[in-house]
Amino acid sequence: MSAEGIGARVLRKEDKRFITGRGRYTDDIALKDMTHAAFVRSPHAHAKIVSINGSAALAAPGVVAVLTGRDLADDQIGGLICGWMIHSKDGSPMNAGAHPAIAADVAKHVGDQVAMVIAETKAQARDAAELVEVEYEELSAVVDPTQAQAAGAPQIHPEAANNLIYDWEIGNQADTDAAFASAANIVAMDVINNRLVPNALEPRAAIGSYDPAEEAFSLYNTSQNPHVARLVLSAFVGIAPEHKLRVVAPDVGGGFGSKIFIYPEETACLWASKRIGGRPVKWTADRTEAFLVDAHGRDHVTKAEMAFDANNIITGFRVSTIANIGAYMSTFSSSVPTYLYATLLSGQYNIPNIYAEVQAVYTNTAPVDAYRGAGRPEATYLLERMMETSARQLGLDPVDLRRKNFIRSFPHQTPVIMCYDAGDYDACLDSALAAADYAGFPARRAEAAARGKLRGMGFSCYIEACGIAPSQAVGSLGAGVGLWESAEVRVNPVGTIEVLTGSHSHGQGHETTFAQLVSQRLGVPTDNVQIVHGDTDKVQFGMGTYGSRSGAVGMSAISKALDKVEAKAKKIAAHLLEASEADIVIEGGEVKVAGTDKTLGFHEVALAAYTGHNLPEGMEPGLKEGAFYDPTNFTFPSGTYICEVEVDPDTGKTEIIQFVATDDFGTIINPMIVEGQVHGGLAQGIGQALLEGCSYDLESGQLLTGSFMDYCMPRADDLPSFQISTTETICPGNPLGMKGCGEAGAIGSPPAVINAITDAIGNNDLTMPATPLRVWEAANAVKAAAE
Amino acid sequence: MAHVSMTVNGKEVSADVEDRTLLSQFLRENIGLTGTHVGCDTSQCGACVVHVDGDAVKSCTMLAAQADGSSVKTIEGLADGDTLHPVQAAFREHHGLQCGFCTPGMIMAATDMIAKHGASLTEETIRENLEGNICRCTGYHNIVKAIQAAAAEMAPAAAE
Repeated sequence: MSAEGIGARVLRKEDKRFITGRGRYTDDIALKDMTHAAFVRSPHAHAKIVSINGSAALAAPGVVAVLTGRDLADDQIGGLICGWMIHSKDGSPMNAGAHPAIAADVAKHVGDQVAMVIAETKAQARDAAELVEVEYEELSAVVDPTQAQAAGAPQIHPEAANNLIYDWEIGNQADTDAAFASAANIVAMDVINNRLVPNALEPRAAIGSYDPAEEAFSLYNTSQNPHVARLVLSAFVGIAPEHKLRVVAPDVGGGFGSKIFIYPEETACLWASKRIGGRPVKWTADRTEAFLVDAHGRDHVTKAEMAFDANNIITGFRVSTIANIGAYMSTFSSSVPTYLYATLLSGQYNIPNIYAEVQAVYTNTAPVDAYRGAGRPEATYLLERMMETSARQLGLDPVDLRRKNFIRSFPHQTPVIMCYDAGDYDACLDSALAAADYAGFPARRAEAAARGKLRGMGFSCYIEACGIAPSQAVGSLGAGVGLWESAEVRVNPVGTIEVLTGSHSHGQGHETTFAQLVSQRLGVPTDNVQIVHGDTDKVQFGMGTYGSRSGAVGMSAISKALDKVEAKAKKIAAHLLEASEADIVIEGGEVKVAGTDKTLGFHEVALAAYTGHNLPEGMEPGLKEGAFYDPTNFTFPSGTYICEVEVDPDTGKTEIIQFVATDDFGTIINPMIVEGQVHGGLAQGIGQALLEGCSYDLESGQLLTGSFMDYCMPRADDLPSFQISTTETICPGNPLGMKGCGEAGAIGSPPAVINAITDAIGNNDLTMPATPLRVWEAANAVKAAAE
Repeated sequence: MAHVSMTVNGKEVSADVEDRTLLSQFLRENIGLTGTHVGCDTSQCGACVVHVDGDAVKSCTMLAAQADGSSVKTIEGLADGDTLHPVQAAFREHHGLQCGFCTPGMIMAATDMIAKHGASLTEETIRENLEGNICRCTGYHNIVKAIQAAAAEMAPAAAE
C-alpha cells in the first residue's frame, strides 16, 4: 500500500481553503445582476389566508417583485413531494397532503411562507416584506402528536382524516402476543424521543438563476444531494427538464440530514428568476428561519413492553409509536419512523418475536424528517433504555442481561426485515468495559457519595443500518429512488486523476478519503488526485450523502471504476512490455511485470492510452472508466457506549465524568477522520440527552425555541474529552469491507447518558433533555417516596 | 448613509454604507472578504469573530461605522503569505474542523485566547473561553486539542 492509502492518518486536502477563509459556500457566491429574496412568513400556527396586498411592498425602494402562492399556481409549478410511499396496515397508501412552495390558501405552521419579496438588496427585501399586508383568519392548532387525532383537533390536510398519515405495522403480532402470554416477566415503559433542530452552522441558502438565451436554470444550493434535488425539481415540481437544470452544491457547512430535502425556498428562487426575466434570485436563511422551517428531527412518543422467560431471555418486544411529521411531509419523512426505525428494534439481541405499529400524524409544526441517525437513534434509545430498565427491575447487572441476549452467529435474520451480516458485540462491550474501568465503578460511586454526589453509569449497545440498499429491496419497501452510487475515474494523459462522485462532502472529508483509495490502488500520491462532486453539470448522476453511505456505497463505486481502469492499464502495459496481461501488477505508481525489472510508470501508461500510437489491436484510446455500484445489503455498524455521570442532588446538574465509545465500523480508511465523525456524533447525542429540546406552545403553536438564545446547543464546556476506540469485523457486503461511521455517535449516546443519570438518582422516569430541573425533580421524587 | 474607512488586513478600505450595516456585512458584501461567516442572528455562534484593534469581536454585533478608523484583521489576513499561522496549522494537524463554517471564527477566537492567556491555557480555560463559539461538527474535542497545541507552540515566542 502507499503511505497515504487505506488506514493512514492523512491530513485533509480540503482544510487549506477552510482555515484561510477561502471556502466557497452558497452565500459567498455573488452573480451578476443578482437580486435578493425575503419571505413573508405566517405568524400563526394555523390560519386561512384571506387576502394578500403587496402594493405597499411593491412601491418600496428597490423592490422588483412581490410573489404569492397564486402566482406559483398560475405558472403551474407543482408541489413538493415525499419520495417514500408507506402503506398502512389495511394496505391503503399514505395520506399525503399538498405541499406548495408558497402557501396560497392556508398557512399550516408558524413560519410557513405566504409571500416572497424580491429586491435589489437583502435589506430592501426584508424591509418590504414587512409592508406586505396579509389578512389571516386564525384557526385552532395542534402541535402535540398525541393530540393530533383527538376529537375536536383541527383538520390540517383534507387528504388525511384525523391528521393520520399512516397506521403502519411490522413484525408478527400473533406470535408476539403469544410470547407475552407465556412470559415469566414483562417490563413496560413509556418513552419520548425529544424533538430536535439540526442546526448545521451554515444556514440554508439558494441562488436561482434563469438564462433566457439557453432557456436553462441554475441553482446554487446548500444541498447534500444535488442530483436528487434536480430530479425532484424537474420531474415533480416541473421547473425545467433535467438537461435544462443545473444544480450546484458548493462547499456546504454541515448538513446532518437537514440539507437532504428539497425545500420551498430554493424552489421559489428558481421559479422567480425566470418570472423576473432572468436575474438571479438569492435567499439566505437567518438562524430564526432555520429554526422555523428547516426540517426538525425525532419527536416520537412510544409505549413499549418487553417479555422475558424465567432465564431472563428476551422472548418478545411490543412497540407502539406516534411519530410527529409536522405540517407537511418532507422529502423522506415517511421512511424515518418506519423502515429506518422499527427495522432496528432487535438491536444487538436475539429477539424471536417483535411487533411494532407506528402512527404518523400531521401537526401544526415545522416538517420533521431525517436528522443524524434518522429513526435509528429513536430505536436505540427505546431499546437500550428498555434493556437497562429491565435489568434493574429484574435485579440483574445490565451488562449481564445484554450478554445473555447477544446475537453471536451471523448472518442473523431478525423478525423485522434486517439480516445482520457480521459483528462481534462481545468484543466491543469488553473493550468499552475495560476502558471505562467498570470494575472500579463501585469504589468511585462510594467516593462520590462521601462528597454528597450521586454517581451513575449507563450503557448502550447499539446497532445501526447504513448504506441503505439494494435498490430493488428499498424499491419494494416504497422508496421512490434507487440507493446505489456512481463514480467515474478519469486518468489524465500526465497520470493525474480526477474522480467524479455522486456523493457530496459537507464536512466528512471525502476529498481526502476518496483520494486515499485511489492512492492505495494505483500508488499515486493523493496530491495527484482531485475529487469532483456537487455539480450536476460535472457528475452525471448520484444519490448524495446521508445515512453514512458515502464510504460503503460511494467509495465502493469508485473501487469498481478503479477495477476497470486497472484492467485497461494492465492490457496496455502488457502490450508495451510484451508480457502476458496476467503477469502485470500495479504497485507504488508502477505498472510492471511481476518478478522482473520490466516496468512502466503509471503516467507512462496513461500517456500511451492518450497518444494511441501503440495500443493493443482494437483497443479504444483513453483511460476513463465509470461504475454504478448497488450494494447487496445494508451495512451494520455496532458498538458499546458507556457514560459515567455525577449528579449534584442539590441542583440537579449533571456532569459527564467520562464517556467511552467503542465502535465496529469495519474497514477504516482514515482513522483521524473517523474519530472526528464519532466526536461530532457524540456531541449531538449528548446534546439531545442533556440540552436540546425543540418546544412549541401547546395552545398557540408558537415556536418557543427559535434561536440559539433559547435552544441549548452543546458548547465546549458542556462536553468532556471523549475516550474512543474501535474493534473490527469486516463487512462482507461491499468490496472495501466498510460499514459507515457518520451517525453512530448520535445513535448510541443518548441512552447511555440517560441510563447513567437514572442509575445515579435511582429513578427510571426521566425525559430528555435531562435538564437540571428535570433531574432534580426526578431525584427528589425518589427521596419523597422514601420518606 | 455613513462613510466608513478602516484598515483591513493591512489595506486601507472605505465605502459609503447604510447606517445599519454591520461590520460582518461590510466585510462580506462591501469588500468581498467572505471568510468571515454569519451563523446566527443573536451573537451566539461566533462564526463571525474578527480582530478589531487587536481584540476578538463578533463582527455581527458591531456596526461598520463603529469600526471606522480601526484596524481589522480577518481570517484572510492571518497567514503570512503561504505560511500558515500556528493556530491555522494546528487546526489542520489536529483535525479541528470538518465542514469549515465555524472555523474562521474559531481560529480568530483562539488566537485572541492564546494572546491573552499564553502558556497558562488549560483545557478547562479553553472550553470556558469557547462558550461564544458554536461548532456542530467536531464535538469540540479536536478544536480543544488544536488550541492547546498551538498555545504550547506559541508560548516560548510569547514569553520573549
